[in-house]
Amino acid sequence: MRKLAPILMVIAALLALWYAAVPVMNIKETVTQLERGGAQVVPSSAQERRDAGHFGLVAKNSFAIPATYAQERPRLPAPHQVAAELWDSTIAKKITSKRSLVYHGWITLSATLMGFAIGAGLGILLAVGIVHSKVMDKSVMPWAIVSQTIPIIALAPMIVVVLYSIGLQGLFPKAVISAYLSFFPVVVGMVKGLRSPERAQLDLLKTYNASASQGFWKLRLPASMPYLFASLKIAIAAAMVGAIVGELPVQGGGLGNRMLTGSYYGQTIQIWSALFAAAILAASLVALISAIQRGTLKRMGLA
Amino acid sequence: MAAPPSPVISANALDLTFQTGDGPVQALKDVALEIDKGDFVSFIGPSGCGKTTFLRCIAGLEQPTGGTLSVNGMTPDAARRARAYGYVFQAAGLYPWRTIAKNITLPLEIMGYTKSDQAARVERVLELVELSGFGGKYPWQLSGGMQQRASIARALAFDADILLMDEPFGALDEIVRDHLNEQLLALWARTEKTICFVTHSIPEAVYLSTKIVVMSPRPGRISDVIESPLPKDRPLDIRDSAEFIDIAHRVRDGLRAGHGDDV
Amino acid sequence: MIYLVAALAIWLALWALNTKLANGRKADTRAVSLAIPLIFGATLLIIWELIVRGLNVPLVILPPPSVIAQTFASETAILWADFVQTFIKGALTGYALGCAAAFLTAILVDRYALLKAGLLPVGNFMAALPIVGTAPILVMWFGFDWHSKAAVVVVMVFFPMLINTVAGLSETTAMQRDLMRTYGASYTQTLAKLRLPVAMPFIFNGLKISTTLALVGAIVAEFFGSPTLGMGFRISTSVGQLALDMVWAEIVVAALAGSAFYGIIAAIEKGVTFWHPSQRT
Repeated sequence: MRKLAPILMVIAALLALWYAAVPVMNIKETVTQLERGGAQVVPSSAQERRDAGHFGLVAKNSFAIPATYAQERPRLPAPHQVAAELWDSTIAKKITSKRSLVYHGWITLSATLMGFAIGAGLGILLAVGIVHSKVMDKSVMPWAIVSQTIPIIALAPMIVVVLYSIGLQGLFPKAVISAYLSFFPVVVGMVKGLRSPERAQLDLLKTYNASASQGFWKLRLPASMPYLFASLKIAIAAAMVGAIVGELPVQGGGLGNRMLTGSYYGQTIQIWSALFAAAILAASLVALISAIQRGTLKRMGLA
Repeated sequence: MAAPPSPVISANALDLTFQTGDGPVQALKDVALEIDKGDFVSFIGPSGCGKTTFLRCIAGLEQPTGGTLSVNGMTPDAARRARAYGYVFQAAGLYPWRTIAKNITLPLEIMGYTKSDQAARVERVLELVELSGFGGKYPWQLSGGMQQRASIARALAFDADILLMDEPFGALDEIVRDHLNEQLLALWARTEKTICFVTHSIPEAVYLSTKIVVMSPRPGRISDVIESPLPKDRPLDIRDSAEFIDIAHRVRDGLRAGHGDDV
Repeated sequence: MIYLVAALAIWLALWALNTKLANGRKADTRAVSLAIPLIFGATLLIIWELIVRGLNVPLVILPPPSVIAQTFASETAILWADFVQTFIKGALTGYALGCAAAFLTAILVDRYALLKAGLLPVGNFMAALPIVGTAPILVMWFGFDWHSKAAVVVVMVFFPMLINTVAGLSETTAMQRDLMRTYGASYTQTLAKLRLPVAMPFIFNGLKISTTLALVGAIVAEFFGSPTLGMGFRISTSVGQLALDMVWAEIVVAALAGSAFYGIIAAIEKGVTFWHPSQRT
C-alpha cells in the first residue's frame, strides 16, 4: 500500500494533466462547430480564430469547454472517451466483429507470440553455438552486437511485400519480423548468461573431469537464466513492435492496422484505443514473463 | 599559571540507540570521555562495541539519543559545518575519475579555497604523506597503501585540527601497515593534530597512542581508559620493550573483562 | 548450377579459413579479431550474390548486393536528402530534446523521494510499451514534416534515458556520501562533484540505447505520413513500386547511420568514463 500510493498519485496527476489539456487541444474545432450550430463565439471571424492562441480561445469561450470533451473526432480525446471506446470495442462487441479490439488484438498477439517463439528459440540455439565454437563466436557475435545499433525494423515493409509476392501472407510475414527483432537481444543476452559462471566455478567442474555437456547442463545453463529472462522481456516487447509495424502495409487487421486506418480517417479515438490496447497487451506479456522468471528463479533458489 | 586548556572533544553520559527491525539496539551507553589538544587516542574493542559509532558521533554523522557531546566547544554538527576535522575511512574511497592531486583538491574546492592556495596545499600534503610526484596519477594506478596515504593527505589538506580515522589501515598487509604507522606518528609529531583512531589491533593501538580507550559490546560502552607512559618518540622496536608489552597486557585484560562470559 | 557450386565452394573455403584463424595462435590479436567477422560478412555477401544469380531470383524479391551497390552509388543525391530529412532533422533533434528533457526530469525525480517512488515505476512500465504507436497521433498534431518525427523520437527516448539516469544518480556508496557530509558539502556540490560523475556510465548506457530508438522512431513515424522525402517515406513508396534495390540502399544508409551514431556516443563515453573498470584496458 505504501508503495502504491505515490504511483497512484502520479497516475492521478497525469490524468488531471490530460483532462486539462483536452479543452486547449480541441477548442478551435469545437468553437467552429458550435458557431455553425448558431452559437455566439469570440472572435466571430474564422480568420481571426485561426491566428488566435489556444489558451486565449479557451478563456474567451469558456461556455464551449464541456463540448471539447464530447467531440467525435477530437485532436485529443478525453480519457473517458478512450475508456468508453475500449469498453465498447472489447466487452460490448462480439469478438468476431471486425470492429472488435479483441479480434484485432488477437491477430497482433498471435503474430507476436509466434515470432517471439521462433526468434527466441533460434537465438538460444545460436548462443549455445557461439559459446561452444570459437569460429562462430568470432564470426557471428560482432554482427549480432552491431545489429543492436541499427534500425532493422526498417526491413519490415519489404519483408511483408516480398513474402506476399511469393505467396505467403497473413500471420507468417508479421511473425518473421517479430522473430528477427526478438532474435538478436536473445542471442546477446544468452551469450552473456552462458559466459557468466566465474573462473573458479568452471575450474571446479574441471577438477571433476566433467564433460562439456555436463558443464553446459549443470553450470552454464542454470547460470544463464537471469540473463535469459532479462533479454526475453526486451525481446517480447520488440516482437510486439515488429508485429504492429508489420501490420501497417496490409489490410488483414491487427492493432497496427487499426492505428493506420484511424489516422487515414481522422478517427482519433480509434487510434488512442488501439494504442492503449497495444500497451495493455505488451504490459501483460512482459508481466507474464516476469511471473515465469520469478517462479523459475525461485525454484532454482536464485531469488 | 594559565587555567588548564579545555578539552577539544568532551562526551558526557552519551547514549545512542538504533531502532532496527529486531527492536532497539543500544550502540552506546553512558559514554564519558575527554580528549585534549594534541592527544593521540585509540579506540579498541571487538566488533559491535560502538567504537566506529562513537567516531561517527564526533563527526556529526550520527545523532546521539542522549547525553552531551562537544567538539571544539560546539555541537558536532556545527563543528562539521565549520570543517573542524578531517575524516579517514577504512577504504581510501578516492574518486576514480580524479587524479590524486584533484582528489586532494576536492575538499578545497568545496570549501572555496583559491586556485593558487589549492595548488600549494596539495603540494604540501603530498609531501607530508611522501607521495610527491604521484599527483598526476589516477587512484587505480596506485597500490592500496599509497591510496590510503592519499586519502590521509586529502583529510589533511584543509588544516583541520582534528583527524578522525576509522580503521584506516585495516585492509592493508602487516608490513605496509607498520610503515604507515611510523609515518603517521611522524606526521602527528610535525602537525600537532588531535587524532582519534579506531582499530582492532592491540599492537597498533599501543604503538600509536597517548591514550587507549578500551570498549566492549552489548551495550557499547567504555570499559577502560589507559594513559600510555611511552615517550613521544617511538621507533618500531619499542614494541619489544617491557613497558610496551605491559600496556598491551593491560589492554588485553580490559578487552577480556569487557567480553564477560561470552567468549 | 555453376553459381551454386561456386557458392558452396566459397562458403566451405572461407569458413575453413575462419576456423583456422579463430583457433590459431594469433586469434586474439586486434587485427585477426577484426578480420574474422569481416571475412564472414564478405562470405555472406558473395553467397547472396551467387545464389541470386544462380537461381535467377527476380529483382522484386531479392536484388543481389552488386545491384544494391550500384543503386547506392547512382542515387546518392536522393539518399543524402532522405538522410538529412530523417536523421539530421528528425532523429537528431528529437534525440537531443528527449535526452535533455529526461536528464532534467531525472534530477528533479531524484531530488524528491515521492516523485521517485511514483514516477519511476510508471517510467519503467512505459519503457516496455510499444511507444512507436504514438506516431499516428503525433503526426496528426505536429504535421507531416520532420517536427512530428522529432516528437515521436522525444517520446521514445525519454523513458529509457530517465530510468538509466535515475539509477545512476543513486549509485553512490554510503561512504562516498559520508565523505561529502564531513566536508559540509551542499546539495549542488555533492551533485556536481560526486553523483553526476558516478552516474556517467549509466547516463551513457541510456544515451546508447536511445541512438537506435531515435532512428527507429524517425523511420517508423514516416510510415504514418511524411513529405515526399525521408528514409521511411522512401522505403514504403519504393516497396510499393517494387524498387527493392532502392529499399536496400536506404537500409544500408540506416545501418551506417545507426552504427556510426552509436559509435560516436560510445567514443565520447570512452573519453568521459575512462576511469570506470569496464573502460580500463
